[in-house]
Amino acid sequence: MNMTCLWNTDVLTLGWTLVRIRRSSRVLSVTRGLILSLVLQNSPFSELQIVFTVHSFTTDDLTVATEYPGDSVVTGRGRINGRLAYVFSQDFTVFGGSLSGAHAQKICKIMDQAAMVGAPVIGLNDSGGARIQEGVESLAGYADIFLRNVLCSGVIPQISLIMGPCAGGAVYSPALTDFTFMVKDTSYLFITGPDVVKSVTNEDVTQEQLGGAKTHTAVSGVAHRAFENDIDALLNLREFFNYLPLSNRDPAPVCECHDPSDRLVPELDTIVPSESTKAYDMLDIIHSIVDEREFFEIMPTYARNIVVGFARMNGRTVGIVGNQPKVASGCLDINSSVKGARFVRFCDAFNIPLITFVDVPGFLPGTAQEYGGIIRHGAKLLFAFAEATVPKITVITRKAYGGAYDVMSSKHLRGDVNYAWPTAEVAVMGAKGAVQIIFRGKEANAEEEYVDKFANPFPAAMRGFVDDIIQPSTTRTRICHDLDVLASKSQSSPWKKHANIPL
Amino acid sequence: MVYCNRFNFLFLLQWETLCSRWCLITSHKLYSSVYDPNEKTFEKLLIANRGEIACRVIKTCKKMGIKTVAIHSDVDANAVHVKMADEAVCVGPAPTSKSYLNMDAIMEVIRKTRAQAVHPGYGFLSENKEFARRLASEGVTFIGPDTHAIQAMGDKIESKLLAKNAKVNTIPGFDGVVKDADEAVRIAREIGYPVMIKASAGGGGKGMRIAWDDEETREGFRFSSQEAASSFGDDRLLIEKFIDNPRHIEIQVLADKHGNALWLNERECSIQRRNQKVVEEAPSTFLDPETRRAMGEQAVALARAVKYSSAGTVEFLVDSSKNFYFLEMNTRLQVEHPVTECITGLDLVQEMIRVAKGYPLRHKQADIPINGWAVECRVYAEDPYKSFGLPSIGKLSQYQEPLHVPSVRVDSGIQQGSDISIYYDPMISKLITYGSNRAEALKRMEEALDNYVIRGVAHNISLLREVIIHPRFVRGDISTKFLPEVYPDGFKGHKLTDLERRQLLATAASLYVAEQLRSQRFLGTPRIPIAVSKRRSWDLSVHLGDGIYPVAVSKDGSSFSRISRNASGETSIQFLGTVYKLQILTKVAAELSKYMPEKAAEDTSSILRSPMPGTVVAVSVKPGDMVSEGQEICVIEAMKMQNSMIAAKTGKVKAVHCKAGDTVGEEDLLVELE
Repeated sequence: MNMTCLWNTDVLTLGWTLVRIRRSSRVLSVTRGLILSLVLQNSPFSELQIVFTVHSFTTDDLTVATEYPGDSVVTGRGRINGRLAYVFSQDFTVFGGSLSGAHAQKICKIMDQAAMVGAPVIGLNDSGGARIQEGVESLAGYADIFLRNVLCSGVIPQISLIMGPCAGGAVYSPALTDFTFMVKDTSYLFITGPDVVKSVTNEDVTQEQLGGAKTHTAVSGVAHRAFENDIDALLNLREFFNYLPLSNRDPAPVCECHDPSDRLVPELDTIVPSESTKAYDMLDIIHSIVDEREFFEIMPTYARNIVVGFARMNGRTVGIVGNQPKVASGCLDINSSVKGARFVRFCDAFNIPLITFVDVPGFLPGTAQEYGGIIRHGAKLLFAFAEATVPKITVITRKAYGGAYDVMSSKHLRGDVNYAWPTAEVAVMGAKGAVQIIFRGKEANAEEEYVDKFANPFPAAMRGFVDDIIQPSTTRTRICHDLDVLASKSQSSPWKKHANIPL
Repeated sequence: MVYCNRFNFLFLLQWETLCSRWCLITSHKLYSSVYDPNEKTFEKLLIANRGEIACRVIKTCKKMGIKTVAIHSDVDANAVHVKMADEAVCVGPAPTSKSYLNMDAIMEVIRKTRAQAVHPGYGFLSENKEFARRLASEGVTFIGPDTHAIQAMGDKIESKLLAKNAKVNTIPGFDGVVKDADEAVRIAREIGYPVMIKASAGGGGKGMRIAWDDEETREGFRFSSQEAASSFGDDRLLIEKFIDNPRHIEIQVLADKHGNALWLNERECSIQRRNQKVVEEAPSTFLDPETRRAMGEQAVALARAVKYSSAGTVEFLVDSSKNFYFLEMNTRLQVEHPVTECITGLDLVQEMIRVAKGYPLRHKQADIPINGWAVECRVYAEDPYKSFGLPSIGKLSQYQEPLHVPSVRVDSGIQQGSDISIYYDPMISKLITYGSNRAEALKRMEEALDNYVIRGVAHNISLLREVIIHPRFVRGDISTKFLPEVYPDGFKGHKLTDLERRQLLATAASLYVAEQLRSQRFLGTPRIPIAVSKRRSWDLSVHLGDGIYPVAVSKDGSSFSRISRNASGETSIQFLGTVYKLQILTKVAAELSKYMPEKAAEDTSSILRSPMPGTVVAVSVKPGDMVSEGQEICVIEAMKMQNSMIAAKTGKVKAVHCKAGDTVGEEDLLVELE
């Protein structure tokens, strides 16, 4: 039977799907084929290796009577909004989506081709883990996939969408990819399930608590975002895909833009409160500057003191990093440094310009942070910004204190254009602390004097560490023009096998 | 099935930002009175107010060549009135008692800036006799009546006596101080129910309660005296006959210091919620020339009786047989003064300044025309779906006034980026339209409301638009009960007709498809060519309200404004004033949605959330207490209105998340029950 043709029409796709849903014991979750039709929407899907069925079971006892053509994974290529993507989708209805040798080989084949062609790989994960009946064959399969994940890293974007319970070896492939998205309430990621946890550490924990979407997006930081249900996740994946270049050989995509690049944003002139201790929402600034207020935030519920995500400026994809004064005053701590660093490195690897909004009072002090290795983890963000050679534009909205000033894409770390708003305070530290150290409380008007001298953008501007002090309402226009110029930027670092980021 | 002809959308100038200063100046065109540049006037004038009224006064000052001084609180440092004025001085922190009501600071500013006169606007110190007295003692002109008139009219009991003496019709009632609840009940019985209990020193609907029986009288006495004490520092009350189904019609008067007084026709202000005006118009559809003259003459008689000078307003209640009763006299410029300016051509602020300088009026009663019709809508930052408007706060992320519609005047004191804070009145602007007749003015109002862009805060445009197109309003069949009578279950937004629903679905679907097609258009020449499959038709499924509608869009168009969209297909569209939430999916996605697990809804009966931003005045429970359904749990005060929060079910208090004095935001968790 030529099933390829089945994929070419929506109606038949749906039919095929329903057959699979009926076969499934879990009617709630949408299964594979149809999912592909959702992601690709009306663009033909070319399924590969449909009849590949080598079940290499070790003993007869464990053999399952039926043979499934194509095993427990669907692989192929298609187009999302006209752009090429390779997709694999594990099928929980066949052997619980478990990974067999054949399953692994199918995935490896599309990954190899994707790397060769230079197009992203999207994995829709729903796998119970290794197929125990196949023994080491299945473990070898995992390793084959891991190797390709690593080799493709930084070459083509790799996205994992977790659509069901994924346990054991199945969790490491998503962890190696660039982005891991989850579905709320129905998807899980854990090394071992609650039963094993109970027997080993005697902890009583539910699947949801152990590895649900909430845990991974808010506590562990394993997943980058969670969506309401399968359909919502797939629709968001389509949206997300449009921000990404196809490979490291391609520039960041430029979309048709209906938002004028010279639009003034008057609300920015009043957005930073007059008292420097008062918080405001960095997302308000980001939304009002980017095209059409559309911002695809990455890890919105984890380490909320830093905001990262994708947006467009005059149609061109940009990566945005911003301190969030609303949460923990926007300070840098272990989690926010790691979150920021990984995002910056992704953008650098895939030619996505970086725009950084700075309002940072410094690194978070305390034993918890020091024992946790804030020095080592904070260094990651510093490393990532310093190493990045994509266009880097920085806007200091308010505080840029101490080492954190250096870290946040400063001029010194090869920043291309660094702006300060009139509200900026670029200094070693805040007035109160500084005066205590310098005068030990002896000088009465010292604090005011310090504010006059240091808590403003002028010292930095006079030394050329800030290119210009700009009217906040003109920020969008400025950035759009800068990006046009910087589009042809070329910068290189000394030859090396690879850098040694402090992991 | 709905088919759309073209992909033609009017994205309501969404990205255009007009210089708001320019808007404010050009919007100010609907009065024609000419200023004589040779007439000597003040050199410098201070405006002891904020927001739209401060801007309004500054505009006239600029026209007359008077330098202006604005005062402002900390949070208003970047406000529009501050930018418009020639000088601006900060008078204190955000709370009004420490800034706009801070007489010491304001007097200091007057001395420092050498302002010769003060315009108080409305509210704040506009009817404060102490302020007028202090100004007089320093030789600064107060733009308004003299202290005597403010005092006489500011006290409800005294004003009523004066009105009686001037042969003005008054409402039967008890004129005096009510000592306790029992006395209140006795008096109420004498007058006969229903009765209205209100603060003697009050105004603007605060400290006012209506009672239909003894029980309500006692409760009303308690609430009104509390609110009177907290808002005005004066707990005297009066009780009077409550006139059922009345209209609120007021007469604008203008008097000078030489004994001349004019009446500038009436304003109909019957559309109110919680005794605060929402829609006003001039003239009234209800008055005939005889009644108008009788009311005008009584108003002028009262003004003369108190030796009134400046602009003032005499408020009347008018019953269905055109009997009118004196309500109160406001000794200041009213919020709704623009409608009078539109039909008479006078600039009231300019006349006030002239009168204060001592000039006689330039007009005779016979010169006062009624030219055409004017309607004013008060655009508030509030959610009209909650008791016709609970305040909403936030930043105006987008703001654009409909000044391209002809004969529209917008009086506002905010601009894109302004904050609507809990400290001040949540009014965004006054939208005034003018026409040669009422129908024309209303048609323009409809168009103006449809073209008003406000994002970032909830606003009452949907309610305003529904009111002005309602058949009863259009007929002129209105009373102060209009809103509760027309919307007994609360305002629910516009009810779509079949045709309108089809228009909305068609537009929403077209927007969705346009967005999908746009996301396939990439600029530049990519390494791997983009291959888009040609699709000429789309089968969609649109979720609107409780219904799911199939929509087919084919490649082979109305004015809408898209509010937001996301990747999940959720879209909000403002259509006929009301914002509709829709979810648009492809048919395949909609079919598959059936298989998605249902999300359990949060049980809201056991948690109490704040319905609006405000301050917690009192918390009557503590953790562990048993409460019964309907019992008061805490009291929230916002914009000086006290709201009693009650338990939705019987149970034990699990946790209390607020304490008296806390500032809470909308939807903040207050109390949890077990």
